[in-house]
Amino acid sequence: MVWIAIRMLTGDATKFYGLLFGIAFSTLLITQQLTIFVNLIERGASGVYNVPSADVWVMDPVSRTTDVNLPMPSTALDRVRSVPGVEWAVPHLRAAASVRTKEGDLEGVSVIGVDDATLIGLPRRMASGSTNVLERPDAVVIDDVGTTRFFPEGYDPVGERLELNDQRAVIMGVADAIPSFTSQVTLYTRYSRALNFVPGTRNRLSFVLVGAAPNIDAKALATRITEETGLRARTRDEFARDGIDFIIENTGIPLNFGITVMLGFLVGVAIVGLTFSLFIRDNIKQFGALKAIGVNNAKIRKMVAAQAAMVGSIGYGLGVLGTVAFIWSFSSNPTFKGFYIPWQVPLISLAAVTLILTLTGWIALRNVLKTEPAAVFR
Amino acid sequence: MSNVALAAPVDAATAIATRGVVRDFTAGQQTIRVLHGIDLDIRAGELTYLVGESGSGKTTLISIMCGILWPTEGEVRLFGTDIYKLSDNELVDFRLRNVGFIFQQYNLIPAIDAASNAAVPLIAQGVDRGEARARAIELLAALNIADQADKLPSQLSGGQQQRVAIARALVHQPRLIVCDEPTAALDARSGRRVMDLLREVALADDRSVIIVTHDNRIFDLADRILVLEDGRITHDGRDLPKDH
Repeated sequence: MVWIAIRMLTGDATKFYGLLFGIAFSTLLITQQLTIFVNLIERGASGVYNVPSADVWVMDPVSRTTDVNLPMPSTALDRVRSVPGVEWAVPHLRAAASVRTKEGDLEGVSVIGVDDATLIGLPRRMASGSTNVLERPDAVVIDDVGTTRFFPEGYDPVGERLELNDQRAVIMGVADAIPSFTSQVTLYTRYSRALNFVPGTRNRLSFVLVGAAPNIDAKALATRITEETGLRARTRDEFARDGIDFIIENTGIPLNFGITVMLGFLVGVAIVGLTFSLFIRDNIKQFGALKAIGVNNAKIRKMVAAQAAMVGSIGYGLGVLGTVAFIWSFSSNPTFKGFYIPWQVPLISLAAVTLILTLTGWIALRNVLKTEPAAVFR
Repeated sequence: MSNVALAAPVDAATAIATRGVVRDFTAGQQTIRVLHGIDLDIRAGELTYLVGESGSGKTTLISIMCGILWPTEGEVRLFGTDIYKLSDNELVDFRLRNVGFIFQQYNLIPAIDAASNAAVPLIAQGVDRGEARARAIELLAALNIADQADKLPSQLSGGQQQRVAIARALVHQPRLIVCDEPTAALDARSGRRVMDLLREVALADDRSVIIVTHDNRIFDLADRILVLEDGRITHDGRDLPKDH
């Protein structure tokens, strides 16, 4: 009977493709929006992800994320270094500055001061140039997405001079970095140079980046640093999560994406529900005849379930493929740099599609089950 | 299977026995009695016509007799089985194995070919699809449309669709064939041919055929004609009463 059910479904091409479209569109909307949402809020942790060598981030107790921080006195570095289990600790500065472009426009940038000696704090990979270029006077490294903000596409910015907070800076390399949540241009320089580029109050040290000694658990080390220095210490994973949570709590992004995902679900319910109901209505006489002949309700349920499973699996596959195609086709766009589809997202959309089909299938099935076999004689 | 005694004795050759069958329908606050205590015996090997005006209760009676509509009161035995004493699933299964249906609108499934349509009862019984189709094609051959086996219903004429519907009603060798206006959509010649085919292919000593019809062009082909008026059987004989 399942074979008959499938033939009944595919035999009505208009409704079959209507159902496929409904499921595929719904899947695409849910999967694509959830993917963008996850990748976007993960950028709240890009500052942490760009420094994978740091096991623990130490900061003022009121600091919350890499971008929302209160500078500490420089003595904090020595206090952290004195904690047992700390293999190394380096200063890290993050501050806002302004750059005047060639065209005379003012552009806000983020200046990151990395350790002078080890360059810890600089992204691991360089898109152009090498990390040791920072040893040159006035040298800065710009992030790759930032180059698209300052320069035309394909332009090599190495050697370009910038007016950074009224001081001369020369771009000597391009870092392959995960863009920040705001996609703001980021300039990396040595800590000592950063202090000059970004004048401010007497406390300038944003973070102390810590490497744990061998066999020392990062979580335990963070706890010990907090106990012994009174500073806030977070493991890499915790601090990345803090950045994500900050965006979730302080922006309307989850609500906006949530609304879009909900709309995707509702559009799916509407299109699939309507088409499924029409399909069942058009075939109600055939279902009635089958019931009269002796096909029981359990077999009818199986038939409708097989129809739902078929449109569901094909439509879902098309929707996920559409999302993959979207991410792939926009992968060269700086806005979507590094975007990926977390494995949980297709599972969530699969659950949504299952729910849509269960709901609409159940509503459509009710009409079939309610149909009296005797109706075929009327 | 139930073995409840009927109010009146039933002959061993009786295919259908109804005793005191009443059926009421409710419309809003009003209850309408459509059948008023029908007592009837239909023997195997008989081609029986059930005739009457619209609203006389023919469809209701035939639906009750073949096990697809519960009577309000009374008993119905099909080949000795008190069918309304069966559970829902037992009754559905009983129909699947013992009753063949020919509907006025044919009700063929548009998306599957003639052979598969004819094979539906066998497929529903769990017979392998290939085997079911092969048996259906044999029957289509007996009905002279084997060459149409691979065509969809939309590619067949009305008469051909009717033959596919007949094949579907017979393919699982049921003991009762129920036909609702089988010739209504056909011209006189096609109608008689279909009836000849039904008599030839469907009727057997152990099988009964009941036909609901208005078509006076085929009344001469019946073994027995039952006239139903206002929910009561008013005539039972080989011919129609003269005043009908």
